[in-house]
Amino acid sequence: MARDMTDKEILKMELDQLKKEVSTPRTPVGANCQETISFVEGLAADDPLIKGVPDDKNPYKGDKGGCIIT
Amino acid sequence: MCDQTFMAITFGPCDNCSTTSPLMNIYIKNEPTNYCSFCVEMMACQGLLKGETLASLKNESESLKKKLEEERAKLHDVELHQVAEKIEVVSALSIKTRRVLKGHGNKVLCMDWCKDKRRLVSSSQDGKVIVWDGFTLNKEHAVPMPCTWVMACAYAPSGCAIACGGLDNKCSVYPLSLDKNENLAAKKKSVAMHTNYLSGCTFTNSDMQILTSSGDGTCALWDVESGQLLQSFHGHTADVLSLDLAPSETGNTFVSGGCDKKANVWDMRSGQNVQSFETHESDINCCRLYDLRADREVAVYQKDSIIFGVSSLDFSLSGRLLFGGYNDYTINIWDVLKGNRVSMLFGHENRVSTVKVSPDGTSVCSASWDNTLRVSRALGMPWLLVLYSLT
Repeated sequence: MARDMTDKEILKMELDQLKKEVSTPRTPVGANCQETISFVEGLAADDPLIKGVPDDKNPYKGDKGGCIIT
Repeated sequence: MCDQTFMAITFGPCDNCSTTSPLMNIYIKNEPTNYCSFCVEMMACQGLLKGETLASLKNESESLKKKLEEERAKLHDVELHQVAEKIEVVSALSIKTRRVLKGHGNKVLCMDWCKDKRRLVSSSQDGKVIVWDGFTLNKEHAVPMPCTWVMACAYAPSGCAIACGGLDNKCSVYPLSLDKNENLAAKKKSVAMHTNYLSGCTFTNSDMQILTSSGDGTCALWDVESGQLLQSFHGHTADVLSLDLAPSETGNTFVSGGCDKKANVWDMRSGQNVQSFETHESDINCCRLYDLRADREVAVYQKDSIIFGVSSLDFSLSGRLLFGGYNDYTINIWDVLKGNRVSMLFGHENRVSTVKVSPDGTSVCSASWDNTLRVSRALGMPWLLVLYSLT
């Protein structure tokens, strides 16, 4: 666990991790943002929290007419 | 012996050198061991190559971090909100609270939706875990836990079980039965064992595996049936407070966030820390978006008027909206692409502890320290479309 490790061990762990990370493949932000935007825009039309749900499909909308006593 | 005076709980033969002396109880990779203080010192120096000192390791670490920054900065050609300038602004949302779930005796710490989009499970500081039907407000099951502060709870994908845990350092799975009279607490199955509190748990794509995060600084993947540890993830240098799985069904990665201000992306099969992001400056009062392929932060969601921290967040179904639960009792809704705040949700009377969007994206549930949960939905506004076409 991190709290049982000495400072030296923690630094060693961080160092090993950084060495691995320096060589990860990366792509430019501009291209990725474009893809992210088109992905989100594509799905946004179906997002119920953006376009809303018609009242007849909304199960939470009921209970306005009073109660039925039999 | 002045340098060797310390409170020793045990006295006996050391596990390493077998000399009888006061022993220090330590944990090596989850195993409790008893070493005499001399052996502990020797062990701390092992694993270091000749000539290494704390200072030299720190220097190397700093230079590598600088190199990483440079590599990442090379790809920073444009900001996300700049690229997003051309797209339409999100139309005014009208999200209202539709249901208030009352019944917990104390702060609600965590909640999760069931895949049937209607049931929820919530856990509270009073030690109870309640399964609700969101439409009828019915409490279907109430499970008492042996500890208070149940900080994590999760619904199984099949809807047939729940997992929860907290200060008991364990994650327990309870199968949900249809029989109301059955005592659920008796069927409890302890799956995960950590050496400190459980801060988060989630089922992977099936009921058979659980991923947990803990205050002991590690995350772990467990098999539910056997309770066996399948993979453990070491890398955080402080408590791990949250985790989330990658959304794809074939995905094998998850992200964890910790008190060491890092967000780490892990590969579940190998246990490797694949990427790490460390730009948060302190306890979080802003939300940051990181692009995994570009390996850097691309957006920050903050406002000067927001001075309280965020405790939890979730994306809407399309990813266009980001719901953040804040400690100032509100939920702020951000436009992910443009970076501005779209709307706010009020109603809670204390901190919002968890925010989750339902699996079909139609509702968002927020759990709070005011002992309630609120389920909110958007109103249908077909007449808005007509207005736009007239102008």
